[in-house]
Amino acid sequence: MIVIARLTVRELVRRRVVWVLAALTVLSVTLVAVGLDRLVSLARADGTNELEIRIGVSQVLILIAFMFSFVLAMTAAFVGAPAIGGELESGVALAILARPLRRAEVLLGRWLGSALIVVGYTAASGLLAIAVATQISGYGPPDPFLAVAFLSGQALVLLTLTLALGSVLPSIAAGAIAVVGFGLGWMAGVLAGVAAAFGVEVLGQVAEVSRWILPSDGLWRGVIYGLEPPLVVMLATGNLPRYADANPFYASAPPPLGFVIWSGVWIALVLGVSSWWFERRDL
Amino acid sequence: MSSPAIEFDGITKRYGRTTALDALSLRVGRGELVGLLGPNGAGKTTAVKLVLGLVRPTSGTGHVLGAPIGDRAARARIGYLPELFRYQPWLRAREVLTLHAELAGVAPGRRAAATAEALDRVGLTDRADDPVHDFSKGMQQRLGLGVALLGEPELILLDEPTSALDPVGRTDVRAIVRSARDRGATVILNSHLLTEVERVCDRVVILHRGRVIASGPLDEVVAADGVRLRVSDLDDAGRRVLAGFGPVSTDGDWLSIRPLDAARIPEVVAALVATGGRVHAVEPGRGSLEARFLELVTAPEEETA
Repeated sequence: MIVIARLTVRELVRRRVVWVLAALTVLSVTLVAVGLDRLVSLARADGTNELEIRIGVSQVLILIAFMFSFVLAMTAAFVGAPAIGGELESGVALAILARPLRRAEVLLGRWLGSALIVVGYTAASGLLAIAVATQISGYGPPDPFLAVAFLSGQALVLLTLTLALGSVLPSIAAGAIAVVGFGLGWMAGVLAGVAAAFGVEVLGQVAEVSRWILPSDGLWRGVIYGLEPPLVVMLATGNLPRYADANPFYASAPPPLGFVIWSGVWIALVLGVSSWWFERRDL
Repeated sequence: MSSPAIEFDGITKRYGRTTALDALSLRVGRGELVGLLGPNGAGKTTAVKLVLGLVRPTSGTGHVLGAPIGDRAARARIGYLPELFRYQPWLRAREVLTLHAELAGVAPGRRAAATAEALDRVGLTDRADDPVHDFSKGMQQRLGLGVALLGEPELILLDEPTSALDPVGRTDVRAIVRSARDRGATVILNSHLLTEVERVCDRVVILHRGRVIASGPLDEVVAADGVRLRVSDLDDAGRRVLAGFGPVSTDGDWLSIRPLDAARIPEVVAALVATGGRVHAVEPGRGSLEARFLELVTAPEEETA
């Protein structure tokens, strides 16, 4: 498994995926820096008080994190889909799988190598953007490490799904399904909030079930919580909390511990089932 | 006595409604160099993949190097060149071989030497540090051959090993295959190039529609000598006379008699002329694997069953 994980990391470096991600990090952090700097300068020149600026910056950061989570979903799909599926289609996998190793070792090795790159990218890019934003605006989110940890968890869920699907489906189909799944999961999260605000119990239950089937949106709530200033939570809790919960960019609490544990179990289960399936597949 | 290299007992493999192998029974002894032949879709590649556990039998049992098919420990002693030979294009040739040496369980202290040896054997020492994406198809096939030979495996499966090679490369492959056999390895050569098989193999197995239709030492399987004749004005009496020399087959204006001792060809021509037949051409035919192969795979079903 370690041999395959090392091979995967080497592939992502040699194929310039890592360098492209590093360049994208520099570009996106620069854009965040320039944008926030301009925003904060204009607000200060306009006489906006510091508290309002901090709240504004926190909401901009959450929006940036949302866009970044989408980029991460795409990255996970692009990295995960060909990891097994692409090699089966090209024939590269045949020579490897004829060697004395379990197919599960190949799948888990590919997952481990890809996960290292995706999590590394998430951590570097996310923490750098937060550090730059803090430096420029003077506002630091309450728990940047928690936010990045949840963002990494979300990327891992998508990576796991894509890689698992790639072991049984063509790589293009696997990537497409994972990205659509990510979008549907987010929509289900929005619907859950709306359902809670308007008391539509059935809709709320459906959305809740979908959150357990694909935990990416549940983990996204953890990202928001890590970036949300306590003041916003306090204000929202005091003023119609039900309606505040309908906002897809607001979280008054982190995901429950049970859900976080389930997310880990979900990853293990998906990898286990796909390994079992892959082991029995004719190549 | 050591177990056979490959022993299949009534293995059937179906992909949906398609039967790739139909109760295939096959035995390949240690140290044999066997040519696995058959037309497209005969089941050759499926048989090779079964040996490696890349596909599972629908029914039947099989053993490879004394272990059930798919056994991981046995796979450490098998070298394989797939028909679709593709290696990581972003690795260098030496890195591909080192990776496979590691995966094959070659001892860490032996990997560098095994890799250098394989590069030398397939003539890629000068290109060892070039990336695979710069390699021509022929060079990639040479690399694949090097991968298959790594660590001196006991069983070597070569699926169309010369499909991308020039005549020099094909000669090299023949030498490599012979030298592997000489050190005691069992080699299965799956090929469409019958002349290649004829030149190196001790034994051939011909598959057709998933079944073995001929198997044995090369000189037993190869067709006997015969003659082809282009004849006109041949009446029934003339045909009866021809049938007296041996089995006659017709292909348009041409008639073939096989087997037939070459010394009897003038006798055949004289007999034809005597019955009023007009002989336009006479082609003595040496027996060949190709002729026998064509006879077998184009024969009606009942003859090959």
